[in-house]
Amino acid sequence: MNEPRSARFAARAEKEVRRELLISPLPELGLVAVDGPNDPEPELVVEGGRIVRLDGVAEADFDVIDRFLVAHGLDLDVAAEAMAIPDAELARMLVDVHVTRGELVRLARGLTPAKLARVAALLDPVELMFALKKLRARREPRNQAHVTNLKENPALLAADAAEAARRGFAELETTVGVARYAPLNALALLVGSQTGRPGVMTQCAVEERRNLELAIRGLVTYAETLSVYGTEQVFADGDDTPWSKAFLGAAYASRGVKVRFTSGTGSEALMGHAQGFSMLYLEARCVSVVRAAGAQGVQNGSISCVALVLSVPGGTRAILAENVLAAWLDLEVASGNDAVASHSAIRKTAKLMGQFLPGTDFVTSGYSVMPRHDNTFGGGNYDADDLDEWLTIQRDWQVDAGIEPVAEDELLRVRERAARAVQAVFAELGLPPVTEREVEAATTGYDSADLPDRDRAADVEAADALLADGVSGVDVALALDRRGFADVAEAVFAMQRLRVAGDYLQTAAVIDPDGRVRSAVDDPNEYRGPGTGYRLEGERWRLLQSLPHVVDPATVGAAAAGAGGAGLLEERGPAAAGDDPTEVVVAVGPAFGSELVETINGLAHGDVLAAICEGIREEGASPRVVRVRRVADVAFVAHDAARLSGSSVGLGVQSKGTAVIHRADLEPLDNLELFGMSPLYSLESYRAMGRNAAGYALGRRVGPVPTELDNYARAKLIVRTTLLHAREARAVVPGAPAVELALAGAPAGTR
Amino acid sequence: MDNAPNRDYPLGERRPELVRTPAGTPLEELTLAAARDGSIARDELRATPETLRRQADVARAAGRVQLADNLERAAELTALPDGQLLEIYTALRPGRSTPADLERWARRLEAAGAARTAAFVREAAAVAGGAA
Repeated sequence: MNEPRSARFAARAEKEVRRELLISPLPELGLVAVDGPNDPEPELVVEGGRIVRLDGVAEADFDVIDRFLVAHGLDLDVAAEAMAIPDAELARMLVDVHVTRGELVRLARGLTPAKLARVAALLDPVELMFALKKLRARREPRNQAHVTNLKENPALLAADAAEAARRGFAELETTVGVARYAPLNALALLVGSQTGRPGVMTQCAVEERRNLELAIRGLVTYAETLSVYGTEQVFADGDDTPWSKAFLGAAYASRGVKVRFTSGTGSEALMGHAQGFSMLYLEARCVSVVRAAGAQGVQNGSISCVALVLSVPGGTRAILAENVLAAWLDLEVASGNDAVASHSAIRKTAKLMGQFLPGTDFVTSGYSVMPRHDNTFGGGNYDADDLDEWLTIQRDWQVDAGIEPVAEDELLRVRERAARAVQAVFAELGLPPVTEREVEAATTGYDSADLPDRDRAADVEAADALLADGVSGVDVALALDRRGFADVAEAVFAMQRLRVAGDYLQTAAVIDPDGRVRSAVDDPNEYRGPGTGYRLEGERWRLLQSLPHVVDPATVGAAAAGAGGAGLLEERGPAAAGDDPTEVVVAVGPAFGSELVETINGLAHGDVLAAICEGIREEGASPRVVRVRRVADVAFVAHDAARLSGSSVGLGVQSKGTAVIHRADLEPLDNLELFGMSPLYSLESYRAMGRNAAGYALGRRVGPVPTELDNYARAKLIVRTTLLHAREARAVVPGAPAVELALAGAPAGTR
Repeated sequence: MDNAPNRDYPLGERRPELVRTPAGTPLEELTLAAARDGSIARDELRATPETLRRQADVARAAGRVQLADNLERAAELTALPDGQLLEIYTALRPGRSTPADLERWARRLEAAGAARTAAFVREAAAVAGGAA
């Protein structure tokens, strides 16, 4: 590529977003988001109760996916009715609050993948968000966390799991760097999660045999490792068929495991066998297979292929559309946003809003509760360092995206307790000890680099033994009980007990801290427009507003009040008009040096006044200080100063530090110089203002005081400005004349 | 649609008397204290086929036909040993089995009272045969 000749093009070429390759569509490789030129026309032909054509393919040519959908995925009682509805009408029904979710779900039972994809592609981004809000299975949106670390340190895993649970994540997912670690990581997650909040579900993403073994032992409660694909070739490359995956789903359920499948746009193109179809059409086939297999839900939204989908036009919209399709098929949706979508924070968050604003069953399929580089999934689209942004955006939009603010003291308490609980379980089960140093570093450290190295050979040997001994969740509960962690023991035991009733196998199930299971069966989303459905209000809204660093506005500047303000300036009676032509009147605002004692930049009012007066004297003029009481606006304060001044030049300064040099013959809102960047001013700045005011008074040529510009000053300080100005305004005495002032201990007017 | 099963949901909360472990211990008796004094076996805390069939009824009443079918297969699979589950899973993966191999699994499943799963495996056998 040519070097840009434009410096602006060159600067933009260095930005984060330019690290990503954007490509034009290439349909033959499946690199087209929606409505590919090769996508089939929606078609369903039934003869004698038998499907003989599906989306452009005759029965004799059905591939394994078609055959599975024909066997399990299409309800012929509704198919004729549903397929006959024009695409545009179905699309409008998706966003019509008078068409219920139940009716849309009923019709979707008879829609083919090509029809589903085509209808979803008719919706624009806002319509897709609205449809998703309406179609979500569970009433309340929630979130899932990733909990891993590079050292696979159990104390840190437990502490992070506890923090995630305490922050309100309903599900926690871990994995392994070394496969044999699986039982230890699952154990740490179980203990940590139940320390943070009883009822949080956990999983350990490992190979199916190991995973099933962990589930049988009660060390995990859900799985979402069951991947499906939209073409037969990729399905086969994934070493599965729809029947094998569906069987596995039933096997998990038989052992009390909540199962969610995984799919997502872009995977077929990435694996080289998209067969020339669009990403959204292939994903429509995937989610149709997921429902046909009897899974209660799916993790979709491109997942690990997100950066590929975002390379083609309309990629972000296609990902939102696939979430909508899954919800329309009545599946629980964990909506991606886990793998890194972009280097650019702006682009990444623009994509996130598609799921964040409508709310999904799990807004992310894994929010990295620890710093990104400890995320061994290769995820970390959002991580520990982004928590304040996430919480702030929830607060900005009044949207519940599933993460709660928690004070530092409380989190440290929870983290330490979880690390100690896992330390106790390790000791009780004869696993390699967790040291005090590990507990401390897991509690307060930044990441796994802060933790001492463990003997990894000993850990994996112990992990093997743990499985060989058949250690179960009940053993873990008893170990906790023996070591005095009674409440955690009860919570771990309760998770085992829940398996007996199987309630959390229903669609979109989550578990409340009191052990009550809530799912789309008993807590369905029944959104029907404004005033209905889940709304962030009441106690929950108060909680999500209350970030630990939120400040009570009544306290801003209040510490300053009375802190020496009283004695700073003495009032010496009404100020008279001067007749000294070398005089510059310096007028301060009503609260200056009394209610308020420093500028927004933290300069003491006494020092500011002294600097201005010094500047005036340096230039050969004489300062006289007054207080304007009738008004708080700096233009009028300065103009009053000018009118009292023997030279007709005055300088007004507000308590927050904004200043104006004025002349009596000018209109009040005009001025000689305005100094509006008070956060940037030093005492030297005020001295320079004083010199300039004196220069004007003495009729000299004056160059304006150089000013700096900080475009962020407003974002940073507008709240303080507002609050300080409100105090100044409260000190106004309407109609009161200006009064002469003396700095404490100096003669009147400081002359 | 018969919504009666959904009035019983969650079973553990609304109809605990219907829920027992495979060893017959009622849900109410499953406490940490009971585990402490050894009256609960360490592998006892799992769902019975009856409970999974009740959950299938709940899913079906909520209109979730395929989820209900899946839970009915799951109910059948509770009787199978863990190792056998993984063997059948492996047999169903691409290129692992001839239709005759799968037919043998289907018969074994039928013999174990898993008729629905057997039918499911036969479908896979037919597809594997058709593809071969």
